[in-house]
Amino acid sequence: MLEQIIYPLLGGILIGVSSSTMLGGLGRITGISGIMGGSLTIPKKEELWRFAFLGGLILGGFIFMKIKPEFFNYSFEFSALQYVSAGLLVGYGTRLGSGCTSGHGVCGMARLAKRSIIATITFILFGMITVAVKGMLV
Amino acid sequence: MIQIILSLLSGMIFAFGLVISGMTNPSVVIGFLDILGNWNFSLVFVMVGAISFNFIVFKLLVKKKPYCAPTHFLPTNTTVDKKLVIGSAMFGIGWGIAGICPGPGIVNLVTNDSSAFLFIISLLGGMLLFKATEKFLN
Repeated sequence: MLEQIIYPLLGGILIGVSSSTMLGGLGRITGISGIMGGSLTIPKKEELWRFAFLGGLILGGFIFMKIKPEFFNYSFEFSALQYVSAGLLVGYGTRLGSGCTSGHGVCGMARLAKRSIIATITFILFGMITVAVKGMLV
Repeated sequence: MIQIILSLLSGMIFAFGLVISGMTNPSVVIGFLDILGNWNFSLVFVMVGAISFNFIVFKLLVKKKPYCAPTHFLPTNTTVDKKLVIGSAMFGIGWGIAGICPGPGIVNLVTNDSSAFLFIISLLGGMLLFKATEKFLN
């Protein structure tokens, strides 16, 4: 109950609080792939917020790990080849498709944006197909 | 300056949300995508929490000027094109391979696990590859 429903719901609301703060404060959609992609240039003063947000992700994770290390009780069990191919696909795909789970899945869906609804259905569907195919191969 | 502080705080809250909800744990994500196997539905509640919060709050926020920006920077493209669908499919495949999307990927750097670094370096490589090939795509 706690791990299956309450924590996910609470975490989701915090993600909502964060992205609403970004919209209300900076007028921006919180799309992490977009923020990362936009930070791959020589930083200009008006772009520094991207680095601050990414730094906040790491700092937040770090503080959480110090207070509640049991939430990080998992491992990365796949091969190096899998992490490299997954990283390349996620990096290229989110830029080509203009967003990921945050920008399309959380913000775009909340705005009922047609592009985001199509994108979210597509990446969840292809994620499910990939996991099913991986299951057949093992 | 206020933009930087708000972005840093939002990044931290976003990270808290990702960790509490279980999205940083790759096996929870793979479990959500494993619809034909032992399905873990908990990420549905992450989406419900985040989307419903934003659905209500975004509506109020877009009506007035952002707190520390001259205007909103909202996506204006409404065309569903090949790039959106193919990019989202690529992202979905990568997501299914490793169980990590961009936000949790960054937060997971705090675990100091080599696989987490390998994933993010490859992701940035994928984004740079997109930048290099973008002009040939039209």
